[in-house]
Amino acid sequence: MLSYPFMQYAFIASFFISVLCGLMGVFVVARKTAFFTHTLSEISFSGASFGVFLGTSPILGMLIFTILSSFMVGSVGSRLSRRESSISVFSVFFIGLGVLFLALADGQSSYATNILFGSIVGISFSNIVVLVSLSIAILVITTLIYRKLKYNSFDSVGASFNSRSNTIVSIIFLVLLACTVSVTAQIVGSLLIFALLTIPASSAKYFAHTIAGMTLLSFTFSLIGTWVGLYLSYITNLPVSFFIAAIETLIYLIAVIWDKFFVN
Amino acid sequence: MKKILKVSNLDVKLKERTLIERLSFDINSGTLTCITGENGVGKTTMIKTILKNFKKDNHVKFYIKRNQVQYVPQLRNIDDDYPLMVKDFIGLGLQKSLLPWISKKEKNAINNVMKETNLLHLAKTPLGKASGGEQQRVFLAQALVSNPKLLILDESTASMDKDAKVELLRLVKNITVKTDTAVIFITHDPLLVQKFGDYDLEIKNKQGTLKSVKGVNN
Repeated sequence: MLSYPFMQYAFIASFFISVLCGLMGVFVVARKTAFFTHTLSEISFSGASFGVFLGTSPILGMLIFTILSSFMVGSVGSRLSRRESSISVFSVFFIGLGVLFLALADGQSSYATNILFGSIVGISFSNIVVLVSLSIAILVITTLIYRKLKYNSFDSVGASFNSRSNTIVSIIFLVLLACTVSVTAQIVGSLLIFALLTIPASSAKYFAHTIAGMTLLSFTFSLIGTWVGLYLSYITNLPVSFFIAAIETLIYLIAVIWDKFFVN
Repeated sequence: MKKILKVSNLDVKLKERTLIERLSFDINSGTLTCITGENGVGKTTMIKTILKNFKKDNHVKFYIKRNQVQYVPQLRNIDDDYPLMVKDFIGLGLQKSLLPWISKKEKNAINNVMKETNLLHLAKTPLGKASGGEQQRVFLAQALVSNPKLLILDESTASMDKDAKVELLRLVKNITVKTDTAVIFITHDPLLVQKFGDYDLEIKNKQGTLKSVKGVNN
């Protein structure tokens, strides 16, 4: 299995995607912005088709769209982004916009639709380089703003009164999230990224009660999901996304049952 | 006794509506000032206005730095699956350092404040699993861990039973006296005002009047 370069790349990429999802996922879940993350992936789809429409590269359109919306949400405040109705409006509008740009651009549309579903076994060496650089960048930036980010994420109400750098920290975090979603979406698809950014971290919080512990555990959960998923997909010839989603869901179910019956 | 805050002729507004007119009062270190009044007279809005105008307004003068003020909000909505352990939640209050890890000195500070607020036995419990009264003590501890000069408690006792209320306020009072911290306590409870307050700022008919609680008693 590992003699094929595309499998090697898939395993290496999964490792770094798990690093990203472990780091970002814990904060995404703590800030209760899972649905904004989902919306971001739709925004990135429409950004990609905008890029195709303009004739530039799709990733450029994705980054512009997602970073702009992060700035918007970050400055308006996260309460708006959590409101159910505004999330639906956002998603629908951006999917519509994406479809429009695709129609206007005609041709090449397969690239943009790839963004939604992607393919973890279609990864190239340059994709890996991008993933590794992004992981390092995000690791460095979160370390730099770690104290403020954890206050802002794990006690948003308290921080809103007692910390003066809330807006800027929120914007930095959402921009990092936008970059994560845009870059990884074109590699493995935005649906899979949404799953890996939210489910492992949601499961981890039932077992670990420190930020470092939760980060490590979500990283482990996404690594298990992607690696076992890749292996099962290889031997069964069924889609890898299915296995990853199923494994992550199973881990989440175990976590919830564990919390309900074995923790008092 | 040092001066901490001086408010003079401040108008408190919510959007365009004036809630309190020409409010003036002083806060000194080591004292506990209760803010009382009916629901909706603008107690919380007043505090928010004062904090928002830190160093921006002629009507509000602080004699301390912004990061020496800690505000404990009324509502925090901690879900029952909130994961972070009590010890780490308290540690979120330590914002003066930029290091990503908690230093030994900071660890000691967290331990001391947990000892003072009777939370040592809960140190490793996820905050979501603590009771309402315990959570209030955790919020207090988080505010205290950074050694504030001014502590603002916004109806921190509203959801607690009588014994727990008295217990929490006794704690606050002890710490105030020991560390010379000024406390502003927004409350509805006349009993707590009588028992623990040094001053009572009552807001009524758009006016605020400050009187000494002990003075009225004697």
